[in-house]
Amino acid sequence: MASNNPSVFLLMINGQIEGGNFPEYDDLYCKYCFVYGHDWAPTSGLEEGISQITSKSRLSPHKLIWNFPLEITFKSTNPSGWPQIVVSVYGPDTFGNDVVRGYGATHIPFSPGQHTKTIPMFVPESTSRLQKFTSWLMGRRPEYTDPKVVAQGEGREVTRVCSQGFVTLTFHIVTKDMKKLGYDGTPSDPSNTLSPPTQSLYMRTRR
Amino acid sequence: DSDPNPGPNPDPDPDSDPNPDPDAGPYHAQHFSITYRYHTVIVMEGRKLPDDAQPRYLEEEGLYVGERPPVTPSNENILENRVLKQEEGRRWFGDDGRILALPDPIKESSTRPPLFLLEEELDPALHTVYHKAVMSQHAVRGAGPQGEYQLDVDVSGLIFSHHPLFSREHVLTARLAQSYDLHLSRGRGNLSLHLTHKVRAPHPQGQTTSPTRPEPPTRSDHLTHKYRLEVRSTRLLRDGELEKDRALLRTMVTLWKEVKALRELQRYSNTPYKLCLRREEVERALDERQYEEEVLMEVMEQEAESEELYQKRLGAYREQLEEWKVWRRQQVGWGQVEPGGTRCLPALVFISPGDAGVCVTRRDRSDQVSTCPGEVALTPVCVCVRAELARREEVLRRHLLVKVLYNEKEVSQTDRRALGPDFRVHFGQIFNLRVRNAPQSIRLQVFEEVGSAPSLLAGVCVPVPEPSVLTGRTPTEELEFSSNQRVLFSHEGVGSDVPFSFQEDGGNRQTLLTSGKMACCVSWGRGEEDAPLAPPPTQPPPGALGCGDPFPGMGASGLGDLRRMGEWAAESRLDPNDPQNTAVMQLLKVACSGEVTAPEYFRLEQLQEEFNFATEEELERSRRFRLLRLRSQEVSEFRNYRCVPSLEREVTDKTFQEYERRLREGDMVDTREHLDSHRALVAKYLQKIRESVINRFLVAKHHYLLSDLVMEEQVPSIGILGLNLFKLAEPKRPLKPQRKERKKVTAQNLTDGDIRLLVNIIRAYDVPARRPFSRPGGPSFSESFAAPPPQNPAQGSDWLLSQVGWVRPFVEVSFQRTVLQTSPAEGPNPCWNQELELPFSAPNGDYSTTGLQAVKDVVFINLFDEVLQELGDDAEGGRSIHTRVERHWLGSVKIPFSTIYSQARIDGTFKVDTPAVLLGYSKERSHGDGGGYDTVRSLSEGTFLTVFITMEPQLVPGDTVREKFDSQEEERLLLASERFEKEAGLSFPDRPCLTSVIDISGKMVFITRFIRPLNPPPELLDAFPNSPQDATDLVARFVSLVPSLPDSTSFSGACDLWSTSDQFLTLLAGDEEEHAVLLCNYFLSMGKKAWLIIGTAIPEGPTAYVLTLEQSRFLIWNPSSGHHYGQHDTFCPLQAVGCLVSADNVWFNIQEHASPMRISLDVGKAHLWKPFFSRSFPHPGLASVQPPELLYRRSDRAAAAELQERMEKVLKEKLMEWRPRQPTRWNRYCTSTLRHFLPRLELSGGRDPDDQHRLELQALLGDYRISGFPLHLPFSELRPVVEAVFSTGVHSAEASNVEFALAVYVHPYPNNVLSVWVYLASLLRSR
Repeated sequence: MASNNPSVFLLMINGQIEGGNFPEYDDLYCKYCFVYGHDWAPTSGLEEGISQITSKSRLSPHKLIWNFPLEITFKSTNPSGWPQIVVSVYGPDTFGNDVVRGYGATHIPFSPGQHTKTIPMFVPESTSRLQKFTSWLMGRRPEYTDPKVVAQGEGREVTRVCSQGFVTLTFHIVTKDMKKLGYDGTPSDPSNTLSPPTQSLYMRTRR
Repeated sequence: DSDPNPGPNPDPDPDSDPNPDPDAGPYHAQHFSITYRYHTVIVMEGRKLPDDAQPRYLEEEGLYVGERPPVTPSNENILENRVLKQEEGRRWFGDDGRILALPDPIKESSTRPPLFLLEEELDPALHTVYHKAVMSQHAVRGAGPQGEYQLDVDVSGLIFSHHPLFSREHVLTARLAQSYDLHLSRGRGNLSLHLTHKVRAPHPQGQTTSPTRPEPPTRSDHLTHKYRLEVRSTRLLRDGELEKDRALLRTMVTLWKEVKALRELQRYSNTPYKLCLRREEVERALDERQYEEEVLMEVMEQEAESEELYQKRLGAYREQLEEWKVWRRQQVGWGQVEPGGTRCLPALVFISPGDAGVCVTRRDRSDQVSTCPGEVALTPVCVCVRAELARREEVLRRHLLVKVLYNEKEVSQTDRRALGPDFRVHFGQIFNLRVRNAPQSIRLQVFEEVGSAPSLLAGVCVPVPEPSVLTGRTPTEELEFSSNQRVLFSHEGVGSDVPFSFQEDGGNRQTLLTSGKMACCVSWGRGEEDAPLAPPPTQPPPGALGCGDPFPGMGASGLGDLRRMGEWAAESRLDPNDPQNTAVMQLLKVACSGEVTAPEYFRLEQLQEEFNFATEEELERSRRFRLLRLRSQEVSEFRNYRCVPSLEREVTDKTFQEYERRLREGDMVDTREHLDSHRALVAKYLQKIRESVINRFLVAKHHYLLSDLVMEEQVPSIGILGLNLFKLAEPKRPLKPQRKERKKVTAQNLTDGDIRLLVNIIRAYDVPARRPFSRPGGPSFSESFAAPPPQNPAQGSDWLLSQVGWVRPFVEVSFQRTVLQTSPAEGPNPCWNQELELPFSAPNGDYSTTGLQAVKDVVFINLFDEVLQELGDDAEGGRSIHTRVERHWLGSVKIPFSTIYSQARIDGTFKVDTPAVLLGYSKERSHGDGGGYDTVRSLSEGTFLTVFITMEPQLVPGDTVREKFDSQEEERLLLASERFEKEAGLSFPDRPCLTSVIDISGKMVFITRFIRPLNPPPELLDAFPNSPQDATDLVARFVSLVPSLPDSTSFSGACDLWSTSDQFLTLLAGDEEEHAVLLCNYFLSMGKKAWLIIGTAIPEGPTAYVLTLEQSRFLIWNPSSGHHYGQHDTFCPLQAVGCLVSADNVWFNIQEHASPMRISLDVGKAHLWKPFFSRSFPHPGLASVQPPELLYRRSDRAAAAELQERMEKVLKEKLMEWRPRQPTRWNRYCTSTLRHFLPRLELSGGRDPDDQHRLELQALLGDYRISGFPLHLPFSELRPVVEAVFSTGVHSAEASNVEFALAVYVHPYPNNVLSVWVYLASLLRSR
């Protein structure tokens, strides 16, 4: 296909799940998957992944570092259904059962460049005290039937959740042919995108 | 010496400033120079005094110095030190060497007189006086642009047009005065005179147009025409005006007459009014002449007009005549006149010009309109009248005053003035308002004073004058006011808002409100040298803030004036898009267009259009948007459409072809595919129901429950906990392992190849064995057809011996065109225990629950016999043996995928659907084979197959619709039903319990309403008049012949719709429940005791069966197959009984077991069966939804024969199609034999007929080896028939000399129920 008349645009995502901030838990690992609309298709890269288990250290008592790389390229014809990344974090409870420690989702940034996102995480709550107790006892906390639930808004009204912690992700986004298809993903004021790096540069020179 | 409050400088150390600010450098330096560190050291005398001067003490010298105020020595020291630092510091010191000081000013005693508040009044001189703060004159002068303006409000007076104290005479005279005013103003305007002149203006070309010749219309003609029109309209206008004048005069005269009459009546007069009609001398002759002229002119004009009309019509007539002539000529030319086709000669019907009638009409009108020449004019003359006491006194007591309100604040008021007898009040006061802020409103309030308390009568808004309006140049304005106060008097005053009458009898009542006119004038004042004291006109009057409000912009009076408002809007640059201004803009727009009409609609989103990216039409036209829209609507064709192209041009029309075809065909019925128009209609109808149900589902699908989203462990009960504990003691590898529940997988993130269907073929019982070559004592010993003829002894009898009475069955499972088979096992009771894995792919890759539920594929489990045929090869001389493997179809089991999906697993022993006749096989049990089972097996007949089917991974079956259906049942019944079902579900979760079901229109109906005795078709009852047993069987067979259509596949969800029996027979398709209901109703009408069983069966899952009580024995009927089983039949497919339903009650099974074999079916025992209606909740007398009687159409033999022909043709074509490589030869002789045989099969009800048929065949086809069988199925469509034929695999015979025979028989039953028999055989010439 001639590059002058593209029929699809590409979105390339590089980045990593840097780490999380879960003050109460330790020895956590995380999973990710992508959720996207009908008009999107991954062309290369991994759609799902599972990271190593990370423990806290004395040096950073609050921070868990995974540094788990993400690399995927999507092609699409329609910005509707823009991909979201769903991250779920698991770890052992007091009895050593693997239980879920957080679900979270965020849209992939749509402007090219580097982005850092911090996703707040949550888990579904037990429906009653008794349930909570038994789930604690049996090591089966309530889970979403599918982690992808957190990327959709439908049906949320029936659940109750409890916030847990934060996960930080970095993305490096490259797009191709978006403009040619008439979608302008860059912010209207170019100075906005440039300001964070220049500021940091300025800080550095001053020092 | 440490003083905490150091004097001159509190900053002890400027250098140690805690916040050194580099930016504030210069200030800091300055700070430095003025800071001074204080010292408390005692200053030496010498430093304070001039050099070598001695201190002089004035006190000692005898002078009075007074006492110094007390200062601490340290402070004094500090001050002294500090002062000495300064230049000329010494001058602060006196001669005595101390700092100069005045004497202490504090007096010893108080100089003010003491206050004694408690005892006596305060001295008035000591009272505190409050003075209001006053802006000084200078401040006012410097007030800047706001300036000081002067507004002169001149309140000159007011006149009441109605006042409560008016007498009747006053009312009339007020009206008279009003009319006179109007007359005067009209006279001033003199519109009628003006118009008269206009009409009388010379008519330049009045008579120039020739009436005889039609001329081409020229420009002047056009002008003339226009002029005439104008004159005509002007005349009309003038006539109207004159009419009005006359009417006014007439009312005045009548009013005057009334006044006079009233005065006569009451013998006094209150008002000084008098109407004088004065005759004016006019030249009568001139007037008449003018009048005559006018009439003449008008007549002429009318003449010209009609002349014009005449010419026009004449022209048209001529044209018509020409036409007619041409037509006539043609008619003559053709030499014939069609009858009735004559065209009439156009007739000339109109009035010729100059008709007398015109003149007459004109005269009439003229007389009517204009007055007699000689006009009458009038002038009022005031005459004095005498007073009328009671009312007059009241009038005299009344006083009026006017308050002036500026910006809603009262600024001044006029003096009180008495209300005169003429109800006019003259104030004549001018108020000069000095204002500093722009006026927003000026209001005058009229107060009336009776005695002492003034009461508000009315308020008048005075328009704020424009800046150019200055005092002295403005005329006095008359502003009307009115009040709706209700005032009632006992005397002559008519009051206000009170009905009164002029006549004595009280008729013609009127109600008047207090009203009047206020004469006033508001203008801007003039200052010195005539400078206007008005705000500058350029300044927007209300200031920038009030821009949106037109009220202050042009004052109150401007609001009514649209023109002014328009100007104001243009001036203030009103933003037309500001929603606040919408009303104004709307009004202006309408005003500009000429008429004021409020919009008749109300729009919520007025600005919607401006935010639309494209118009509706553009969106409609765009194929891409259409695709996106259809997808989001979840239209089935596009529900999972992937990658909608990004550009319009890439979406081809082909995408929509299928969808559009479906839409088009929505109403059209394609009869070709269905072979039967009735069924086609039914199929369409079903399609429609399906769509409506699917739409309900799509809505319901978006309602989530917690369990849909969150997986949560149930709180374990004691029983489960105990079981879990018990499990710990279980052996790790038990000898008889039980199947465990697996974890369920939601069907969301699945793709093709993820799901496999596991079919575990375990064993079979009673597989038909090959018929022995010879049977001792059989009548057909010599003609045994399967036996090789004696001509071919080479085949060997050892082959026969090895094959006869034996069978090598294997099972082939085909699903979605994937075919897998087990290895062959030996004997009639084989055991395979093999697992087959078949891949499953959902249509369109839609693995959602609804998608899976709609899968219509069927798992065919076919039982075959593998026959090894050794072919001696003559060429090789018998040294090599070719073996051909043949397989012979023995029977099949069909399980729809939807059942597997909804059941999650299917585990059980099924009756294999074996053909009634299996050529070459016998179903006789071989003797001496496992004698222990015989007792069990003898209870039933047929072949059985034990299988286990499930899916890997296990999918979560779709939930039932949680939608609440509306119902016409009583609320109490519904609640009871809900409670009953809930309790049943709690105590016995595995037993289905149904009390209310959904009918085909989507309403909840109580289940007993479906049960009602219904007559079976009379034909069936007449068939066996003597044997009720056979009749029962026939009825069951009839019911089973109605095609079955599971609701879940048709309605894509576990939503059970129940149709009544007449609907069922009309649709000719239904689920097990409909079959069961119909059968139960038939049995009831045949006098049996029958119940509906709601239970679970294999492979259907939750289903409905029928229970009958025959001679103290319970029979269980499978309505979809027509078979019946005894209660204790091992192979009864019914596994669990949930509840029994009769016409008047529902019983739930509360026994320990659910299997029909182990329970008592006597519903009378309350401790075994829990009734729904009991003594506490009796049956409310629910009427049945079933019709009282079913009407049947008689069986249609002709249609059946036609269908039979067509079906045979289609099947033969298909068979040839499936054999693309080999030729397909048809054995006609065999076919015709089979065809004769089929009706007998039908008669015998599908049971194995006597051996007669077999023998016949053998006799006829002695030298062929036949393998074949009849297939029997209820007819719904052609496709299932074709599928069934395909699944037998007869077409796959590969021998080169194979011949086929195919016969079809369609037996008609009443109401278009058809039984289809297909006899399929392959023949091999044995030679």
